Parts: sequence; C-alpha cells; structure tokens
Amino acid sequence: MVEAILKTEKLTKRFGGLVAVDNVDLELFKGEVHAILGPNGAGKSTLVNLLSGDLPSTEGSVVFEDQELTGLPPYVISHYGVGRSFQKTNIFPKLTCFENVWLAAQSRQKTSMRFFRPARSMKAVESLTLSSLERCGLLHQKDSAASSMSYGEQRQLEIGMMLATQPRLLLMDEPMAGMGKEESEMLVSLIKDLAKEYTLLLIEHDMDAVFAVADRLTVMVNGRVLETGTPDQIRSSQQVQEAYLGNEGGF
Amino acid sequence: MYNTPRSITLFLGFLFILLLCYPLYGDLIFGSKSSFYMQKLTTIIIFAILAMSLDLLVGVSGLVSMGHALFFGFAGYVLALISPEYDAANIWIVLPAVLASCAVIGLVVAFLTIKTSGIYFIMVTLAFGQMAFYFFNDSDFAGGSDGMYIMMKPAVMLGDIQLLNLESKQTIFYTSLACMALVYLILRMLLRSPFGQVLVGIHANEHRVKAIGYNTNHYKIVSFVIAATLAGLAGFLAATQYGFVNPSQLGWHTSGYALMMVIMGGAGTIFGPALGAFVFEILHSFFESFTDHWLMLMGTVMIAVVLFLPNGIGGALLEFVRKLEKKPVQAQDGEKSDG
Repeated sequence: MVEAILKTEKLTKRFGGLVAVDNVDLELFKGEVHAILGPNGAGKSTLVNLLSGDLPSTEGSVVFEDQELTGLPPYVISHYGVGRSFQKTNIFPKLTCFENVWLAAQSRQKTSMRFFRPARSMKAVESLTLSSLERCGLLHQKDSAASSMSYGEQRQLEIGMMLATQPRLLLMDEPMAGMGKEESEMLVSLIKDLAKEYTLLLIEHDMDAVFAVADRLTVMVNGRVLETGTPDQIRSSQQVQEAYLGNEGGF
Repeated sequence: MYNTPRSITLFLGFLFILLLCYPLYGDLIFGSKSSFYMQKLTTIIIFAILAMSLDLLVGVSGLVSMGHALFFGFAGYVLALISPEYDAANIWIVLPAVLASCAVIGLVVAFLTIKTSGIYFIMVTLAFGQMAFYFFNDSDFAGGSDGMYIMMKPAVMLGDIQLLNLESKQTIFYTSLACMALVYLILRMLLRSPFGQVLVGIHANEHRVKAIGYNTNHYKIVSFVIAATLAGLAGFLAATQYGFVNPSQLGWHTSGYALMMVIMGGAGTIFGPALGAFVFEILHSFFESFTDHWLMLMGTVMIAVVLFLPNGIGGALLEFVRKLEKKPVQAQDGEKSDG
C-alpha cells in the first residue's frame, strides 16, 4: 500500500485573467521520484511555487503529511519538511560554499535570535553543514566563494543548501537547466542517490534524465494535468503523444 | 563572514590609544585650543557611535534608513524631559529610560516600515524622521524650534560616592570613548552570532533566507531596534555633552550626515563608519574654515569616494591588507558567475 506524502486538491493560481495552474489534483507517494513534464508555460514552476509557499494559491489546498500547507509562508513550510531548489540559481554569491550551507543548517536550530555566542561554536550546525556538503559533492570546495564556482557547482550548492534544511520532500525546479552533458550526468547520479532517502518532485526538460530517474510522471499542459502514470504509461499514452511529445518529436 | 584581519585590529587599536592619550599631548600640539579640540573630538566620537549603529542597518542588514537621527535626537529630548529642572538626574534611571524609549520607538517604526524595501524603505524612514522633527519643532512642551536645555548633567553615583563627574569635559570625552569601544565590540559580537549570520544572509539574498526557513521580518525588526537603541546611546551622550537638544538633531540633515559617514567609511565593515565619522567631521571643520559652502566641497568628496572607493575607506583598507597578505581568498572572480 503506497502512502501519499503530499496531496493537492483543485489547486489553482490565476494571474489576472491567466490561469497558470488550473484545478491540479496531485498525489506524491512517499519515497517516489515524481517528475512533472510539460511545454513552456504549462505552469510547472508556478505549481512548485504554490507548493513551497513562494506564491499564494487562488483556490484549492495543499496537504503535506496531514499538515495543511495552504496559505503558509515559505519559512514555515520549510520547517514542516519541504525543501526546494530554484530554477534560477539562488545562492549567496559573496559567501563561501560553507557559509551558504551553514545558513541553511543554522535554520534548523530552535531559534537564531541568539546574540552572544559566536555562531561557529555550534557543533550541531557544523556537522549538519559538513554532511550536507559531502552529500551534494562539494566538501572539497567548501572554502571557495560561491560566485567563483562553476555553474554546475552552483547548482550542486543549491541542492546542498536544500539538504541542510533536513527536508523529507524535495521540490527541485529544473536542477539541470543550462548544464553541460557531463554535469547533467553527475546530477542524475546525485538525484538517484537522493531518491534512496527522500521523496522528490522534479521539474525537468531533459527527457533522457527524466525517464532515467522518475518513478512516475505527470504531464501538464496549459496549467492542467493531462495525465499521470509510470514512464511506460506516459510513453504509450495517445493523449500525451498528441498534446506534447508528438509536436516535439519526443523519443 | 566579516572577520577583521589582525593588522586592521592593530591599526584600530593604535588609533584608539592615540585618542586615549589625547589629554597628554593635546596641550603640546594645540596649546590653549586643546580643550576646544577635545570637545570637538568628543562630538566626533559620538557621531562615530551613531554611524556604527546605522551601519548595522545599512551595511549589515541592507536596510538603508534615512531617518536614523530620529533616535539620536529623540534620546536627547527624553533626557531633557525627564531630568529635574534644577537638579542632576540619576544616570542609573535616566540612561535606561532613554535607551528603553528609543527601543520602543524603534520597534514601532520598524513594525510600520519593515515590510517595505529599497526606495520605499528610504522614503518611509525619512518620513518618520521628519514627523519627529516637526513634532518637536512645533511643540510647546519641548521648547519648539529653540529646543531644551539640560541644566545639570546626569550624576553618576554609587551610593554616596561620585563615580564620574560629567560636568568635566575630560570625563565626557573618556565616557564617550569607552561607549564607542563598547558599541564596536557589541556590534562585532552580533555579527559573529547566529543572529548576525542571518542578517548577512538577508542582505545578500532575502528571498533565499526565507526559503531556508527564516522569518526574515523578525530579524530585520530586531536589528532595527538594536540600531535604534545604540543611536539612542549616542543621542544621550550628545545631549549630555552639549547640555541642550534642538529639533535639528532629529532632522534629515543629521540622518544624511550619518549616512554619508557610513558610505565614506565603508558600509558593512562596522569599523569603517567610525573612521568615516572622523574623516567626515575633520573635513567638515577644514572646509568650514574657509567657506560657508562647505557642503559643496563635501559633496565633491562624496562623489570621489563613491567613484574611486566604492567600498569606502574600510573596504579599501581591507582590500589593501588582503593584497599584502596575499591570501588566495578569491583568486579569480572574473569568471562569469552572477548569482
């Protein structure tokens, strides 16, 4: 019996007259890698922003592990165990790799409203920082300024920061966007490694990567869910072929 | 984040000792004008406290406030209003009262402004500063545009023993100097604390700080209240030194000068704005000695600083020291890598 970790019901986001996300019912199973496919403008990123609280939804609800997330701000959702990485690299460029991840790890303390003790004396934060850096493969780079690292490494750092917030569900918005072939392969293996421990919601354009890592796929078109299923089901779906894959010459 | 290199700490220590010993050599250099210059230095030291407190907002948290003098002047008014007219106030009562009232006003202003950002934050803080200016400027109870006098300086007693005599210029000088050192150390401690780390993150990328689980507004409000309280300390010292307060101390000119000191000194470095206060005020006196239009010359200097020392004096010093030490901190920054 599979257990749902996240469930949306009739989730809708309107920007004026434009319906970016339209009545989306989505169910993520615990432990799965769930990829969302769809052409540009299908509402994939907006959906992630609704789940992470970066955007308020117009209608509908989001429930994560029996906890209602609808209408909560991002910092609360982060504490409930939902981590996210961004499509456009979103780091602290002037700080070192270590400092970037440190700040994320420090957020797991009860409070950071502490004024007297030096932050660096907190051993628990330090070990969480180091283990997150190791997990995302940047331990050897920890003292480099984030802005001086390669694009691929900055994407890894993005993931490292997310891991340091000790999430159970990872929302990854195009983690491979703009990466070269070698970097993509590295990231696919990182995602496969993360999949052993976390539930993942993945938005990705790279078809090879998606079919290599995803357990289930949801195809979105014009803000609506067209179909959800295993990679095989999606591949053979007439509807998907017509609406999306067919036009792009998919496989 | 923000570790001051040892050589800079030594340099600051040297300057501090230079100030500490002023009463020893002041007479030799300035002769009969020595006492006048000591008062001048006291004023500058007090401005240095104000500038450092503003740096917590501008340089550390990224909140550019154009109304910081509000707390500076307000502190003076509170002191004048609660001091007995013909008697010395007890410093152990008035100082906490002044600081607490600045913290409360800081909390109110922060609460109403913190959700704005960028140019809007600048405008709203400016508006609050001007509201306070006109409130005291048009008030009967606080002497209107003439301001108020503090006839007797607060008494610093321990039981029946007088610890400090604030009527003495030298004592005020040393008290202010000690407060400046204390404020510097407090701010350094804050920067290294978990709280300070969050502020640095907010300045760099607030959106990301929210995403990793911090309620950034809370941190910004607390940093605003701390800055307001420290500005209140500066205001308390200024009112004690001069023995009077007037509305211009809360006005946007004073806020603007403080901001210029921060920019000249190097926002975000803490020690920089203190140096900025000295450079600004020394240039001010120098320019004023041959023209009434000293602000025109100061403006030219400001433009030069912004163009040639974009990180201020403090930033230039840090860069200089890093080059000397040849630490491969950021060997190549040229790679195209915008965040």
